[in-house]
Amino acid sequence: MRELLIDRKKCTSCEVCLSACPFGALSLQGNGVVVGDQCNLCGACVDECPEGALVMSGERKDVDVSDWQGIWVFVEHADGEMAGVVGELLSEAKRMAQRAGYEVSAVLAGSGVGHLVDQVTARGADRVYLVDHERLAAMHEETYADLLATMVRRYRPSVFLFGATVRGRSLAPRLAARLGTGLTADCTELDMESSGRLIQTRPAFGGNIMAPIVCPNHRPQMATVRPRILRADPPDPDREAEVIDLSGEMEVAEARTVLLEAAQEEGEGVKIEDADVIVAGGRGLGSPEGFDALRDLARTLGGAVGASRPVVDSGWIPYPHQVGQTGKTVSPTVYIACGISGAVQHLAGMRSSDIIIAINRNPEAPIFKIATYGLVGDVFKIISHLKDEVEKARDGEGG
Amino acid sequence: MRYIVCMKQVPETTEVDIDPETGTLLREGIPSIINPFDEYAIEEALQFREERGGEVTVLSMGPPQAEEALREAVAMGADGAILLSDPAFRGSDTLATARTLAAAVGKMGDYSVILCGKQAIDGDTAQVGPELAELLDIPHVADVREVREITEEGITVERMIEGGYEIVKAPLPALVTVLKDINEPRLANMQGIMRANQTEIPTWGIDHLGMSSSDAGLEGSATEVIDVFTPEVGGEGEMIEGEPRDQAKALAGKLRDAGVI
Ligand SMILES: Cc1cc2nc3c(=O)[nH]c(=O)nc-3n(C[C@H](O)[C@H](O)[C@H](O)COP(=O)(O)OP(=O)(O)OC[C@H]3O[C@@H](n4cnc5c(N)ncnc54)[C@H](O)[C@@H]3O)c2cc1C
Ligand SMILES: Nc1ncnc2c1ncn2[C@@H]1O[C@H](COP(=O)(O)O)[C@@H](O)[C@H]1O
Repeated sequence: MRELLIDRKKCTSCEVCLSACPFGALSLQGNGVVVGDQCNLCGACVDECPEGALVMSGERKDVDVSDWQGIWVFVEHADGEMAGVVGELLSEAKRMAQRAGYEVSAVLAGSGVGHLVDQVTARGADRVYLVDHERLAAMHEETYADLLATMVRRYRPSVFLFGATVRGRSLAPRLAARLGTGLTADCTELDMESSGRLIQTRPAFGGNIMAPIVCPNHRPQMATVRPRILRADPPDPDREAEVIDLSGEMEVAEARTVLLEAAQEEGEGVKIEDADVIVAGGRGLGSPEGFDALRDLARTLGGAVGASRPVVDSGWIPYPHQVGQTGKTVSPTVYIACGISGAVQHLAGMRSSDIIIAINRNPEAPIFKIATYGLVGDVFKIISHLKDEVEKARDGEGG
Repeated sequence: MRYIVCMKQVPETTEVDIDPETGTLLREGIPSIINPFDEYAIEEALQFREERGGEVTVLSMGPPQAEEALREAVAMGADGAILLSDPAFRGSDTLATARTLAAAVGKMGDYSVILCGKQAIDGDTAQVGPELAELLDIPHVADVREVREITEEGITVERMIEGGYEIVKAPLPALVTVLKDINEPRLANMQGIMRANQTEIPTWGIDHLGMSSSDAGLEGSATEVIDVFTPEVGGEGEMIEGEPRDQAKALAGKLRDAGVI
């Protein structure tokens, strides 16, 4: 078993390791530093100790993983359309594959999905594994996990990537458990070494810390990746890919779950997960009616409406709009926080947005610390002028 | 019929602060709470019991002090609790956690529904639930915001997806992971707290679960954290000053530069 050992002869009780530990597991006792139960064996302290008094024992040996090759991308789709994150994953996979001399394969499973072959090819796939079967019409995790596990065991990819969407985050763990391999959730950055080792970086503790994670001894190296973070290259219609059609050959199991109904929520237009612009409101709006002004602005900008937790709890707007630790994680191009103080739990859901605009009448509000642009003032005055300005700018373009 | 709730004790993140010098989390004296999503799972299980009879057992893997969190769940109304604690479980990733929970569920006998929170707020992975379901070979539905019906044959739930919802029926036994929207967790009353104090909470270790050390804890984990760092935040933020009209004008200019108008 791996263990953190402390060499008492070397420890000078300097306390450097205490602050290096992200888990608060080390403390100073009579005879030096001791390791508490919170220790996660991450090794952060080992590197920091100036005396070399901390040692990680029982490091595991690397096993041979060399016959696992290539990068696979799971093609999520709904209503015949490819999810946006697939293009991002294929582009990133292509960039990484070059470094390790790998090929990129898209895994396209579903019912009546043949038309997506060209799209995934244009987005960067060198090979497309296609399984078209009526039992795959609804995305039941069990059925998909079963099919994908069979394919993984046969073709042995080194890496298998999924979008960190609702479906991706439900299917990928099921598959990882079936394969007995590691899975890193909701990554915001990927990197590949020439050896094929995948460095998967993800936020933890609501984005307060970032952790690069590897999967040294198991294959495939699996990750779900947060949508709208990685850059998608424009599609290249001239690309060609080898298509391996397994439709007739693969057995597709029947799911035990039954999909009875699927519905879009009526009302507020654009889904916040896909929106380029999110106008979000908090308790500073003062009343449920305060959201009318936000909806107006969101409509003008072609965006969606988000909210902080207290206004959802008070019933001003329904839960699907809640952003944050107990709501949704979003990363739009522009996030406009209106009357939101910027508590860590709210930031957890939106801090990876490209541009954060904060409108708040309290100049000390924590939201200003992470804002790209901060505006101190009354939210209603500012956004009503903003709406006018946006409309003016549009008209100016002759639109 | 038994309902099992998997719950985790986590640090209360409102209190988490960053050491400005070392850039690491300051966790000294930070109170621990039941993972918020898991409180909804407990409440939902209690409602199942009130509707249909049976019993609710809460299950947690963690250090010895996780017993406090289990006691809180008993105070809310859970009938029993089991703590999975052993130095051999230390350093578990989601796979090793799910394996340990699966081994414990295997020891617990018949059950109809396992409830998990959508995710734990320390790791935010949302993986343990679906992994556990796979290891137990039972169906699961993630992100459940409403239970429409639960009968002998199965559980019908409303699951939140991007921009809408799905209604899914799963035969029992099944596992669901729940969202905040599903209910309003009750507070413990005096009677519950007294009962919790008297409740015996057994601790099961690796030997009791009959697991091999190569499947548990760090050894059983497939992933490895190689570093931890604090992301760079803000700093370069720009304040836009002036009258609301001027602020709005300047902001519109920024939005145009960003290509959104
Ligand atoms: C376990 C847990 C999970 C949580 N999860 C979430 C989550 O998922 N999402 C979330 O958002 N929160 C979450 N929270 C709550 C979080 O801690 C904060 O309480 C919450 O984000 C605050 O919401 P707010 O900014 O809308 O309200 P407040 O903190 O009350 O802020 C209102 C702001 O509006 C400003 N204001 C008032 N009037 C005006 C005006 N006319 N013009 C301009 N500005 C004005 C004020 O200066 C103030 O800064 C969670 C908390 C816990 C404990
Ligand atoms: N150590 C644990 N003990 C019991 N249940 C857990 C544990 N870790 C995670 N869970 C359950 O799995 C859910 C998802 O956790 P996670 O995958 O860590 O985000 C939690 O809400 C709990 O219901």
